[in-house]
Amino acid sequence: MKTYIKGLAVVGALSLAVSFAACSPANNDDPGDSGKLNLTVVGLLPGSTEEAYARLAEQVADFEKSNPDIKVTTVDYEWKATTFAADLAGGTLPDVFEIPFTDGKTLIANNQIANVNDLLAEFPYKGAFNEGVLQYGKGSDGQVYAIPAKSIYGVGLHYNRDLFTQAGLDPDQPPATWDEVRTAAKAISDATGVAGFCQMAQSNTGGWQITVDTYARGGRMETVDADGKATATLDNDATKASLEFLKELRWTDNSMGANFTYDWGSINQAFAAGQCGMYTSGQDVYVNLVDANGMSPDIYGLAMVPLEGADSGVLGGGTLAAISVNADDATKAAAVKWISYFYLGRYVDQAGAVAYTEIAVANGTPVGVPELPIFSDAALKDYQTWIEPYINVPVDQMTPFTSQIGSAKLVNEPPVSTQDVYAALDPVVQAVLTDQNADIDALLAEANVAAQREIDRAQS
Amino acid sequence: MKRSEQPVRDAATVSQTRLPERFKLWFRKGGLSALLFALPIIVVFGGFSWWPILRAMVMAFQDTNLIGDATWVGLDNFRWVLTDPDFPKALRNTGYFALLALIIGFPIPLIGAVLMSEVKKLRGLFSVLAYLPVVIPPVVSVLLWKFFYDGARTGVFNTLLGHIGLGPFPWLNDKHWAMPSLVLAATWAGAGATVIIYLAALISVPAELYEAAELDGAGIWRKIWHVTLPKLRGVLFITLILQIIATAQVFLEPYLFTGGGPNKATLTILLMIYNYAFGASLGADYGPATALSLMLAVFLAIFSLIYFRLTRGWSQ
Repeated sequence: MKTYIKGLAVVGALSLAVSFAACSPANNDDPGDSGKLNLTVVGLLPGSTEEAYARLAEQVADFEKSNPDIKVTTVDYEWKATTFAADLAGGTLPDVFEIPFTDGKTLIANNQIANVNDLLAEFPYKGAFNEGVLQYGKGSDGQVYAIPAKSIYGVGLHYNRDLFTQAGLDPDQPPATWDEVRTAAKAISDATGVAGFCQMAQSNTGGWQITVDTYARGGRMETVDADGKATATLDNDATKASLEFLKELRWTDNSMGANFTYDWGSINQAFAAGQCGMYTSGQDVYVNLVDANGMSPDIYGLAMVPLEGADSGVLGGGTLAAISVNADDATKAAAVKWISYFYLGRYVDQAGAVAYTEIAVANGTPVGVPELPIFSDAALKDYQTWIEPYINVPVDQMTPFTSQIGSAKLVNEPPVSTQDVYAALDPVVQAVLTDQNADIDALLAEANVAAQREIDRAQS
Repeated sequence: MKRSEQPVRDAATVSQTRLPERFKLWFRKGGLSALLFALPIIVVFGGFSWWPILRAMVMAFQDTNLIGDATWVGLDNFRWVLTDPDFPKALRNTGYFALLALIIGFPIPLIGAVLMSEVKKLRGLFSVLAYLPVVIPPVVSVLLWKFFYDGARTGVFNTLLGHIGLGPFPWLNDKHWAMPSLVLAATWAGAGATVIIYLAALISVPAELYEAAELDGAGIWRKIWHVTLPKLRGVLFITLILQIIATAQVFLEPYLFTGGGPNKATLTILLMIYNYAFGASLGADYGPATALSLMLAVFLAIFSLIYFRLTRGWSQ
């Protein structure tokens, strides 16, 4: 019996050792497959269709045929704020991964993504990116660290055409000024009982959207001097005016409903469910509204965020492709080839555009959502012509936006400590929406101190 | 031979034996089997609990993003946390949550357990009903309560209260209402486990004590005051300190319900730690996060020691 127990213990200990050995990470650069370099890349969203996987496999095979020394392994991936930081720190991200524009500057400042400046000429059009979007992937040293890859957007005003009609408003004539937004919100709220205008306020989205409103009124959240030193200007007049606007809607007109804890996901949910007449968010949010929230395309309308005053502009955003900072030179070179092929190839030739679009079609994802040029207007126009047969979104209902965004000024996000600036502004938006006596000046002064503290730390 | 001499002689014998013989003796007495049996749990605890704790203690004095080389920064992380304007707010909010949880969350399970112990029939059913919320996954229960807490007139709670002429209340959308709303949901979710502990303790109170009290003419309240509560004293002190420790580390409710809002009204210490590590700075502020974690752990350890020292006499 004693021997049996000892044997059992030995077996237990050995199994544990074997389990740990099995858990040890595999070596990415292991030239196990006939000396090929193994490159892990972002693949499809979890839950994609079999057909989409088949299309992706075709693309991988095509790429490997042109690059016989590279073996590509795709990983299902969905960027989530809550898991991204842990994945990044834990080293479990693929060699090529996607990040939102909003996080580029912070990740670069933290030395968490690789510098690709020397490889810029390897990209399509010899790296002649639209400077307005490329700057999101640039560090304070002017070097390029991440590449604009997809879903390049300006923030727009999304509105519910059904609710407009019910409120006696013309859905083909969306509001063009903030005063008209206020009037429409009141009309919707009075006629239907749902919120006429909704505003994000949580998880840094409150700060993000009040920055949108500020830019639309000509203000800025930071100034950067000749030496590159940033100063927080959260207490500028345009931000104050934006908050006063929200205060009027909330407390004078009572046209914002009763939920003030919206973030990006929950406001999309509410809008798709017909609980919001209007809200501001990225122009590409249509995909989420239809795909994840089952919105009927018929109710959807997209207009410009009203631009008022000198120096007003539209805040832009999108998705960057980045490479792990731990990647060696060979992996970086392979990653650049993959980014050029997979993300940017559609702007170069029709075959690339069709292959990329067919994956979206196979996944049932909307095709033809307005986007801004990664390279040039001409390249974007070519791409749009190539995918025209596949377009399945109501482009006519987006005309108020698409007809004007081209001539609008795109303004970059606050360049230093972007997310910290947004985090400092969240409580201000929340206070204005939940406290009738909120002192906007005092709140902004406090937020400015908090943001400056983070900026100083980032620049020290 | 006196009986007390035996262990002394054994000890002397062991100390005189040579090391290989002591090892053989240890082996023969089953030391190796015991070690091998314990090895998995030692490795698992060491790898997934003790090692991360030690690493966190080291990181509290470093500047690191877990990718590049860490640099020693002395007490800078502690200074950063202590001068953070949000720190006093988070401290106050955590204390407020703990206080509310004590006022609302401590007596409710006790009252529930006492009432249930008085019920002779269907006690099992009541126990199951009380424990049911504990079985529901916390995230699910929070989402459920979030739906109930809809601040609109048509929200579930507001509709129900509207029938008796109350409300509508803003619930999570108001800085004064948000924290009590969180405590209410947390109490609902956690009370069941405490009820079961109290119920077990109550059932173990000898029935003769109640009979004697009845013979002395005691009513239900006097029985509770003079028999039940004194008998539960030990359990009460333990559950109280456990509750204080748990509420000092409250994270789930403020994170999922309000994200710390509105206007930081529900920002707690744990949420601040999370924000440092995984929030606004995209995971770069591990130093301040671990520094604040360390401060909280030290505070709770000292608090527990003082608590047990103060209550040592009372709980007997």
